[in-house]
Amino acid sequence: MRGLWKLAGVALALALASSGASAQEKIIAVTAERFKFTPAVIELKLGVPVVLELSSLDRRHGFQVPDLAVDETVEPGKVTRVRFVPRKAGTFDFHCHVFCGSGHEEMAGQIVVTP
Amino acid sequence: MNERTGRRELIKLLGFGGVVFASGLAGACTGPSRKPGGAEDDFFFVQLSDTHWGFKGPPNPEAANTLRQAVAAVNALSRQPDFVVFTGDLTHTTDDDAERRRRMREFKAIVGGLRTPVRRYMPGEHDASLDAGKAFQEEFGPTHYSFDHKRIHFAVLDNVSDPQAAIGDAQLDWLLADLKPLPAEAPIVVFTHRPLFDLAPQWDWATRDGKKAIDLLQHWRNVTVFYGHIHQEHHFRTGAIAHHAAQSLIFPLPPPLSQPKRAPVPWDPAHPRRGLGFREISVDESRLVLTLREDSLEGTGAQAAAAGSF
Repeated sequence: MRGLWKLAGVALALALASSGASAQEKIIAVTAERFKFTPAVIELKLGVPVVLELSSLDRRHGFQVPDLAVDETVEPGKVTRVRFVPRKAGTFDFHCHVFCGSGHEEMAGQIVVTP
Repeated sequence: MNERTGRRELIKLLGFGGVVFASGLAGACTGPSRKPGGAEDDFFFVQLSDTHWGFKGPPNPEAANTLRQAVAAVNALSRQPDFVVFTGDLTHTTDDDAERRRRMREFKAIVGGLRTPVRRYMPGEHDASLDAGKAFQEEFGPTHYSFDHKRIHFAVLDNVSDPQAAIGDAQLDWLLADLKPLPAEAPIVVFTHRPLFDLAPQWDWATRDGKKAIDLLQHWRNVTVFYGHIHQEHHFRTGAIAHHAAQSLIFPLPPPLSQPKRAPVPWDPAHPRRGLGFREISVDESRLVLTLREDSLEGTGAQAAAAGSF
């Protein structure tokens, strides 16, 4: 299952690499801190390219969206950019997958893709 | 209630309330193989998991008692296990290193009350992920190791000291070297904290490189994995490998992806220990059939603890 996600992720990345940064990309800043993401709900439009700019306000966190093959670590003092094009509508859970303390299990959110 | 009464009720619970699951390493099993008195070659061990010593919160207002209740319940078994294994999250996490060590020492003192002198430990992410297992190693020893017991090879895997839930290539190399001398039909039991397979990655119920471990283990035909982390009984197969998750001893979690969030099942004052329990694993003479018995703390634990029978 993880392999399929990786393949899907590679396909997305290749598709986006060929297009490069685009003025049509929607840029959304997402901050991570113990034990929450802001925003916790990320609203996207189907087919509209997006760049999530991930940053941490305290320590190392993770940002994993299993259904979208997104799997990143988020380091303090550094912006991690995740580019993709939402190809299916729906709600996709994301969570911190780098254990960060009591409350880690609640550090989660959702990406909502609407037509 | 006195100790005798508590034990009698526990036996009744085991007789009528226990769920028996036959885990075929090879072949079938129709019931518990733990015989009264016990055959020479049979043995059983007990799995306790996710005790989270130090936890405080609404999901278990009785958290300060639950571990002691579990110890009392195991001590009250009619026959004592050969060993007790704790499959991780012995303590609840804390940022305070001194407090972490204090919780570990308290945990050790409480489980020191077990009548069974042989105890096997491994960390969960709450024990080890914030300091890469340093305190755990100092208090309990290595986070991965193997041992043999009565013709079964046991391997303990650490998939939590890396906060990203990876086993790591070095440990996988160790596992391969450890198992390599064993014949393909050798009975092997693996203990670990997180599921090795992708049970629910959306809830962080997976091991990043668990597939590597499973691929490696597939070379042996009789492998059973016991794990914790998900705070509920769960049974799954990947090829010939059986994977069994145990109940926790702090609070139950909902079935995988059954609700939007993996929040604890709310505490029910009418059934304060519902969903909490431990597992007995009986091994038959062939070493190829394991029988699992799921024991609940509900009803008996508090009474035994109140009687001070531990």
